[in-house]
Amino acid sequence: MATVRIPTPLRPHAGGQDRVETAGATVGEILANLGTAFPTLRERLFDGEELRRFVNVYLNNEDIRYLDDLATPVAENDEVSIIPAVAGG
Amino acid sequence: MSAELVTGLQCRLCGKRYPKEALNFCTEDFGPLEVTYDYEAAARTLTRSALAARPRTMWRYHELLPIDGEPTVGQHVGGTPLIRADRLARVLGVRELYLKNDAVNHPSLSFKDRVVAVALSKAVELGFQTVGCASTGNLAGSVAANAAAAGLEAYVLIPDGLEQGKVLGATIYGARVIAVQGNYDHVNRLCSQIAFRYGWGFVNVNLRPYYAEGSKSMGFEIAEDLGWRAPDHVVAPMAGGSLIGKIHKAFQEFERLDLLEAPVRTRMFGAQATGCNPISATVKSGASKVKPIRHPDTIAKSLAIGDPADGYFASKLIGETGGWSEDVDDETIVDAMTLLAETEGIWAETAGGVTLAVAIKLIEQGKIDRDGSTVLCITGNGLKTQEALIGRLAKPVVIEPTLEAFENLVESHALWPMVSAAGAGVLVGSSA
Repeated sequence: MATVRIPTPLRPHAGGQDRVETAGATVGEILANLGTAFPTLRERLFDGEELRRFVNVYLNNEDIRYLDDLATPVAENDEVSIIPAVAGG
Repeated sequence: MSAELVTGLQCRLCGKRYPKEALNFCTEDFGPLEVTYDYEAAARTLTRSALAARPRTMWRYHELLPIDGEPTVGQHVGGTPLIRADRLARVLGVRELYLKNDAVNHPSLSFKDRVVAVALSKAVELGFQTVGCASTGNLAGSVAANAAAAGLEAYVLIPDGLEQGKVLGATIYGARVIAVQGNYDHVNRLCSQIAFRYGWGFVNVNLRPYYAEGSKSMGFEIAEDLGWRAPDHVVAPMAGGSLIGKIHKAFQEFERLDLLEAPVRTRMFGAQATGCNPISATVKSGASKVKPIRHPDTIAKSLAIGDPADGYFASKLIGETGGWSEDVDDETIVDAMTLLAETEGIWAETAGGVTLAVAIKLIEQGKIDRDGSTVLCITGNGLKTQEALIGRLAKPVVIEPTLEAFENLVESHALWPMVSAAGAGVLVGSSA
């Protein structure tokens, strides 16, 4: 299973965990499974079926927008990180 | 400065309110948090007559800056010159041109001193002893310098491959400078994780709502120095896209406090390098989403942010104010740096070349009205980006130490190009 890293301020919506082991063959499947386990986290990440504007998702060290977005395949032991986009500059 | 003037934080998307804490995004929808003020209370003390008696630093506008007490960091920041640039105006063919010269900001020679003064003063108020930043260079120097002066421990994270002047200009102050393999966006992501994990005050992560407000002081100074009016056009460089919005917000806040002679009708223009143009590409294509640039490649390293946090808001503002955005290549950037130096005696960093070159392009396109007033924002100092000029400027002529050698040189007409740029192909009109 892949590991999903949860941003610290959102941990109350993931049972207090900073990392959640989640099954799925793509980033989209993994986030869907994560959302099923933690429905209030799903509401915060998604607007309907789309990731919210200021949510960035990385597979290991790469932004999924440079890969295949939610269809990006995920291997065992990969790390998916949810990162707030509002930083820097 | 009083605790009552700054009322809290609020999500720009859903409006949810938060107390004054170290948090940059809304936990409901990840939207950016922005500082809220009691403008009625601010208007009671922020008046023209009160300002006349205050020192010329950014803190003269303290009612609209988000700290609760007196500033403890960066007390001398701001108050940089707004220069009427008539020689450059003649070359560009415009009537009324100004340069807001933050290349001479104190202490670290860039506009970042403004945001850092606010962020670190807030960090002290919130009780942080360790601070940090993700930087393309200027912020690194500013955080390092201001943290040193305040006795704070600083972690400065930068992409590897930055200009030497920027790296040395952070290390000298004793900051822990860490070069991260990758580009700025990699650095930024890492800092987002570090800030909350270690509970440190990262100026452009968890302290970002306060930090960003510091940029308004550039707009306040422009409007006051123009005789309490907002200019017709502002051209600002865009990296993360925050500065352009805060300058406009500053004009609007002055209008709200009834400090201006006329309503704000400023059209905002954003400048980027072609090698990293996510925001200008968005403006030009009319897209609703900013498409990030995976591999930024430009000599304007201070603007090389491929995934700009405020790209959406910057492109929206540019559209709403009737402005526009353009981008320019590296050669054009250097030409503009040279032109600025030769006409106005100002050595700006590469980002200043971007701003001037884009202004020239927008004037040529007719997007900037030649009869209006235009302010160009010069945000950093050329001393820090010398690599961009190496091999591109003439080397000194070497002579023997004799009068004869000098006479031979002068008579040989091997003279240096005198104001070469003003006489060459960069001329864009002649109406001035």
